[in-house]
Amino acid sequence: MPLGRLGALLLLAPTLLLMLLIFVGPIGWFLSAALGELGSLSEIWEEAVATLGSRTILAAILNTNWIAFLVTLVVLALGYPLAYALTRAKGLAFTAILVCILLPYFTSVIVRTYAWMVLLGRNGLINQALLGLGVIQQPLELMYNRTGVIIGMTYVLLPYMILTLYSAMKAVDPRLLQAAEGMGASPFEVFRKVFFPLTLHGVVAGALIVFILGVGFFITPALMGGPGDIMIAMLIEREIELTQNWPVAALMTLVLLAVTLSLYAVYHRFSAERPGLAA
Amino acid sequence: MPRDSGPATTPAILLEGLTKRYGAETVVADVNLDIAPGEFLTLLGPSGSGKTTTLSMLAGFVLPDAGRVVLAGRDVSKAPPRARGLGMVFQNYAIFPHLDVFENVAFPLRVQRKPQKEVETRVWDALQMVKLTGFEKRYARQLSGGQQQRVALARAIVAHPPVVLMDEPLGALDKNLRYHMQVEIKEIQRRLGTTMVYVTHDQEEALTMSDRIAIMNHGRIAQLGPPREVYEKPENAFVARFLGEANLLAAKPAAGGAVTAKGAPLEAGSGALGAEGGFLFVRPEKVTLSAGAAPAGPNRLSGTIRHASFLGNVVRYAVELGEPEPLLVDAANAAGAAIFGPGETVTASWDAGDCRLLAG
Repeated sequence: MPLGRLGALLLLAPTLLLMLLIFVGPIGWFLSAALGELGSLSEIWEEAVATLGSRTILAAILNTNWIAFLVTLVVLALGYPLAYALTRAKGLAFTAILVCILLPYFTSVIVRTYAWMVLLGRNGLINQALLGLGVIQQPLELMYNRTGVIIGMTYVLLPYMILTLYSAMKAVDPRLLQAAEGMGASPFEVFRKVFFPLTLHGVVAGALIVFILGVGFFITPALMGGPGDIMIAMLIEREIELTQNWPVAALMTLVLLAVTLSLYAVYHRFSAERPGLAA
Repeated sequence: MPRDSGPATTPAILLEGLTKRYGAETVVADVNLDIAPGEFLTLLGPSGSGKTTTLSMLAGFVLPDAGRVVLAGRDVSKAPPRARGLGMVFQNYAIFPHLDVFENVAFPLRVQRKPQKEVETRVWDALQMVKLTGFEKRYARQLSGGQQQRVALARAIVAHPPVVLMDEPLGALDKNLRYHMQVEIKEIQRRLGTTMVYVTHDQEEALTMSDRIAIMNHGRIAQLGPPREVYEKPENAFVARFLGEANLLAAKPAAGGAVTAKGAPLEAGSGALGAEGGFLFVRPEKVTLSAGAAPAGPNRLSGTIRHASFLGNVVRYAVELGEPEPLLVDAANAAGAAIFGPGETVTASWDAGDCRLLAG
């Protein structure tokens, strides 16, 4: 039964209303209230230039993007083969892999982060095991630094990448791979010339999702990072909780929102237009 | 490795005792085929007859449980598809959606690392052969079914493989286009001298295109021969029924020949009944109808018209003979031909040379 425009809108209405009420509304109110404290537009502009010009904040913005970028790379490198294994797995193996991927998904981020801290600490399981085996003489610094942030974030964000890639890979017609093989392509060429290009949109979508989620990360870098791993969400929290400088927090929120929305626009465009592929 | 008989008689394809089992089920059972260079051979059969599995073993997508695949004297039974150097047209065309027409057709050359200049010339030649020049920059989704079929065909021949395999390539096209493509495929095949193995379940297509047809049933070759031979001299009831309309009159042995279930005398130029009897096979178009009851004689049966359908160039009658099954008769709608109406008494007759006895 076709719904029509009005019907679809009616079905969407409760969600839209809720989002307006608990998401768009508060952000709008927060931004206008915080920036309103500054007074006129020119005063806001002055404060914005000063804020974005400050070394701490600039460093945090760059840090945030750099960390999100690194995490995206690691997640992609780990996620691609895993997603492929998932497309090939059948029956019990499929369920097992899927549960392994999804189970942590249902556990709180804080719990997971603390679990990693138990593993990665100076006297954590990994260091003790490696020391015990004689692989290393000194405990590795796996936490309270960049390594810790990347490990923690990778772990949290991996499922998003795997699930996005999985759906892209599942959509590849296996007969195309067989055809390529029949036309003389080696397994590597089948991958490079057919499979990978046909899953590229999934790679881009997954990378964007992971990056978008990554720039907004707060708990993991706060718990597992070192003093050099301040991310923008942490600064926002500090401005609100500690210094109670709402205008600065609002300006940084705007920056984060702008980055997120523009990446989302890229994602949307990309998933709408796939050259050469049927819509 | 050339055999003693010399390269001239080395078959392009030799299948020996080819067998494939899936679990307890034998899908291809002891298939033997000897296909000459430049021959157009069709594997014809209903779905599940093993024709596609046979083709897949030939292509290398499926490895046989027993038997050998020999291409131009080279045993490739265990070789992967890429080592067999075959061209192939797939049932669903398998056109790469991320590549345009040019790169699709160029694919077999690209994996052979041919220089760009040669790729361009060959792709151009192939596209010209399938009449698809001017479409190089299009993607599959911008092409009609017939055009996609041409891309698949161009891609199969672009590297000039000695053997091209086709798996129901015209199944998705409408009737007119299908006929058109049959003619074109046949023409390209003749021009390039390619050995062709063609899989279809469409008997008309098989009859039109093939030099020889292998009719498959339950994983075995039920009969192998040129179109006319398999059509006119089927060796069993399955082949007779599968290749178009067939009358199979229950028959039993009698002194000096055979009789119908009701005892009317029959005379056949070939074939034999089994010990338990069998069938007399005669094609509907080989039967002549004349007005009035029959004078006695072999292959002359009286009956009444039960049903007449006008098919345009042919009128198809169902004639009630008092035998277990009515007799189908196709009468050409020729100039001055009489058309019988239901209930009319007629005599159906045919030549001994046009019918054949089949064991049950």
